[in-house]
Amino acid sequence: MNAVSNLLGTLFQRREAGIVVMIVLLVAAVGIIQPRFLSLETLRIVMLAIPLIMIAAMGQMMVLVARHVDLSIGSILGFSAIVAGMMFRDLPDWPVLVGVLVAVALGGALGLLNGLLVTIFKLPSIIVTLGTLSLYRGFVFLVSNSRQVDPQFIPKSLIQMSQTSPFIGIPWIVIIAFIVALLTYFFLDHTRLGRQIYAMGSNPVAAPLRGIRVVPVTLLVFTISGALAGLTGVIYASRFGYVNPGITGVGFEFTVIAAVVIGGVSINGGVGTVLGTVLGVILLGTVNVALPILGVSAFWQDAIYGTVIIVALLIDRSVRQRGIKALSGARSNA
Amino acid sequence: MNSTEATTTSTVRDAAAARPRWQVLLIRPETMTLALLIGAIIVASNLSPFFSDLGFILESSTYYIEYALVALVLTLVIISGEIDLSPAAMMALSACVFAWCYQAGVPIELSMAASLVAGILMGLVNGILVIRFQLPSIIVTIGTLTLYRGLAQVLAGDRSIGKFPKWFNGIDYRLVFDVPVPVILFIVASIVLALVLGTTVVGRQIYQIGTSEVAARHAGIRVRRIKTGLFVLMGIVSSIAGLLTASRLASVRYDMATGGELQMVLMVMLGGTYIFGGRGTILGTFLASWLLVIIATGMTVANIAVTSQLIVMGLLLIVSIIATNAIYARTQR
Amino acid sequence: MFKKTLLAGLALSVAMISGVALAQDKVSIVYIPKNTGNPYFDSLVQGFVDACAELGCDFTTAAPATAEATSQIPFITAQTQRGVDVIAISPNSPDAMNQVLDRAREKGVLVLAVNGDLVDNYEHRDAAILPVDFTKTGPGQVELLGSMIGYEGEIAILSATTDAPDQNTWIAAMENSLATDPKYAKMNLVAKVYGDDEPQKSTTEAEALLQTYPNLKGIISPTTVGVAAAAQVIQSAGKAETVKLTGLGTPNQMRPFVKDGTVQAFQLWSPYNEGWLAAHFAVGLKNGTISNEVGSTFEVPNLGSITIGEHNVMNTQAELTTFDAANIDEFNF
Repeated sequence: MNAVSNLLGTLFQRREAGIVVMIVLLVAAVGIIQPRFLSLETLRIVMLAIPLIMIAAMGQMMVLVARHVDLSIGSILGFSAIVAGMMFRDLPDWPVLVGVLVAVALGGALGLLNGLLVTIFKLPSIIVTLGTLSLYRGFVFLVSNSRQVDPQFIPKSLIQMSQTSPFIGIPWIVIIAFIVALLTYFFLDHTRLGRQIYAMGSNPVAAPLRGIRVVPVTLLVFTISGALAGLTGVIYASRFGYVNPGITGVGFEFTVIAAVVIGGVSINGGVGTVLGTVLGVILLGTVNVALPILGVSAFWQDAIYGTVIIVALLIDRSVRQRGIKALSGARSNA
Repeated sequence: MNSTEATTTSTVRDAAAARPRWQVLLIRPETMTLALLIGAIIVASNLSPFFSDLGFILESSTYYIEYALVALVLTLVIISGEIDLSPAAMMALSACVFAWCYQAGVPIELSMAASLVAGILMGLVNGILVIRFQLPSIIVTIGTLTLYRGLAQVLAGDRSIGKFPKWFNGIDYRLVFDVPVPVILFIVASIVLALVLGTTVVGRQIYQIGTSEVAARHAGIRVRRIKTGLFVLMGIVSSIAGLLTASRLASVRYDMATGGELQMVLMVMLGGTYIFGGRGTILGTFLASWLLVIIATGMTVANIAVTSQLIVMGLLLIVSIIATNAIYARTQR
Repeated sequence: MFKKTLLAGLALSVAMISGVALAQDKVSIVYIPKNTGNPYFDSLVQGFVDACAELGCDFTTAAPATAEATSQIPFITAQTQRGVDVIAISPNSPDAMNQVLDRAREKGVLVLAVNGDLVDNYEHRDAAILPVDFTKTGPGQVELLGSMIGYEGEIAILSATTDAPDQNTWIAAMENSLATDPKYAKMNLVAKVYGDDEPQKSTTEAEALLQTYPNLKGIISPTTVGVAAAAQVIQSAGKAETVKLTGLGTPNQMRPFVKDGTVQAFQLWSPYNEGWLAAHFAVGLKNGTISNEVGSTFEVPNLGSITIGEHNVMNTQAELTTFDAANIDEFNF
């Protein structure tokens, strides 16, 4: 009896269950209205909608778990993408990989700068990154002289990352995104440093007492978030085939934060799983693809999008509360 | 009363050497904002000979004053320890409600009333989600900002709705003592809210809620009611700002005030309000609003590329928050 | 009373003096594009620059960061304050700028709409320079796509925002051609979708089109962002053989797709010539060699004779330019 209620408790506590239910319900509902939705082609489109959000979401998730937030990822994405694009344009003889590495490194550097501002001056990350959101976007216009990098300059090999597949039709960029998710999972769940991020986020005051070096860990988290946003920038160039200083990455932070929160990562730190985040990204990606296929008027899309976020928050809360009740019930039995 | 906390802080303060009165008065975030404002005016006058024209500055200020009006109430919300990122979307939706009603044949006065009701309802939804369901306000309002903007699009669709009666249009061109009406409204609202926050019981309670919600609850303050009230007030002021914008543009579209939430937060932060609640003043937000007006107007009239404007705005926010934090650390810890 | 008249008289004489002084100076022109970083407008700006180098006018350009409806308003006010003679603008909204443009014109500024018009608000600008007769754009696109698909099969339109006035004019004309011209009787318009000129959304919409309409034969995307996104989607899906794409795009944006056969042909005009014509018209008008009256004509180097049409609109070219593999390398914009 005791074991059963314990199991039920943990199951209900699992935020992931709620998202899976939502995804299944959504796919079923859309499939009933528009049977064509249940096809391999849809799967391919959903898969292509995911990687950009997923890679950045892994970084954002780590930042949220550490009880911070990074609003500047859209601008970091833009900066890395435009610099990589300019390298492809102006140094066509250099290997593509150099551009990718530069993008990741620059993203990491901008992320580190966020982290430094947060730690040295003890500033709230939401305001720091609101400032760097604007600042880094200014850099994007500055380095590019407000000029876009046209499609003809994006290397074919990079574009084909979104179009060709190493096996069973899964495009390269999707595989890259899942590798990033796996690495994040391994890092957060199976390394001491990863566990420290959770500990630091759930109780920042006690963290130093437990021997966690808060400053380096925080710097690391922001650097990873920036580097992943930089990687997302290159994927952006691959997926859309050009980089525009005023468009690339604008507003991206809201999508990513929405996905992460739908995935059950708490804005109050310390809580969140890679699996939940991946599911949150998939749910958001499915919604994005389903709406136009349903022929939902463009006017309705934002309203539905907002509703999904709020419903996800409410479900999250009720699932968690039931989980707590089940748990406390189990405890009183024991 | 939150007695333990109050006594410990006061003992610490007593133990430290008393600071001279001039320091208490001068070393405040608002002083920094004021200094920046004066500096900005001097720089702007030197950047362009066309800047130093009060009529021009006041005319230009009407483009930002709607945000500033909302930022005043947002200051109270942030002091109480919450945040609201949805006001720009609330401006758009309430203005669309107004325009939609008017176009459907409802008398314009009733349409304006409908817009206010819409504002109240939206604020109430935010308040219920945050207070009743105990969800974090930053995420709730990111959700409702998408929702409200989406509903505005559903309501107004692809059209720009206009053709309002002549008396409704162009409120920004109507002057009282050479000052545009929306600016007057902003100044009056600043004075009223500053008095409420600084001299009334409710004002003091807002600070206490922001400093320690648990302590405030123990002290018998109706935390939930006050916070819900603040969210509703956000809805009302957003609706008023939406109507002002509709009058200024003589037309309404669902994308009104897109991205305005960042400007509003910037105004509150620049004014020295503490992001974690408990500290901040209306005076700070008031000064910061004018600082933003001066910077934006000065750079635009000097033909400085928006590139640099983004960089200046970003740096300003970071520098101001560093200074604010340093000042608070020095004077209140 | 007397004092007031005196002041008014004084102001008037000052205005006249400065007016004379300005007329002797070089004509100063400012061009306000929709937003910064948009490659389309780089080419248009170059047209202004080259024309002013030849005609001896002062030229500057200032652009907002976003193409949101109201983002150009502070720029118009600031440029009026700077005392420019001509404001040329590619409007982000057909009506949100009415009042501020009226103000500029009251102060003697010549307002030209360039590349897009203030549809149904013609009285708020002096003249408009459009690339082609916009009533011909829609039919031209239908004909081009028809010739690619043998005038038969399901077609769809991927547009910009739902309220983009130019696109809506063209789409209305497309629908009209499809409905009335027997040549297109077998072409069936199955969907109109909107990508908001965002790469991400345009991509999703284009993918949904391919998914929802398996028998789709062709897509028209009369917007540079949309046509590039659709090309990328068709290339990704490997459907270049079955789904034909055309639309309005810039050669630089479309070059790789034309070269690899994803897109056979698309259309546009010369943005450069729009800047060139706008500068010549403005300077001619200020010098009194051109009169801004419907029906009057004037000569412009390289463009030949230009006639001012209904609503004071003039066009740089009669027909759309079609770009394909044979000629695309002659263009760089």
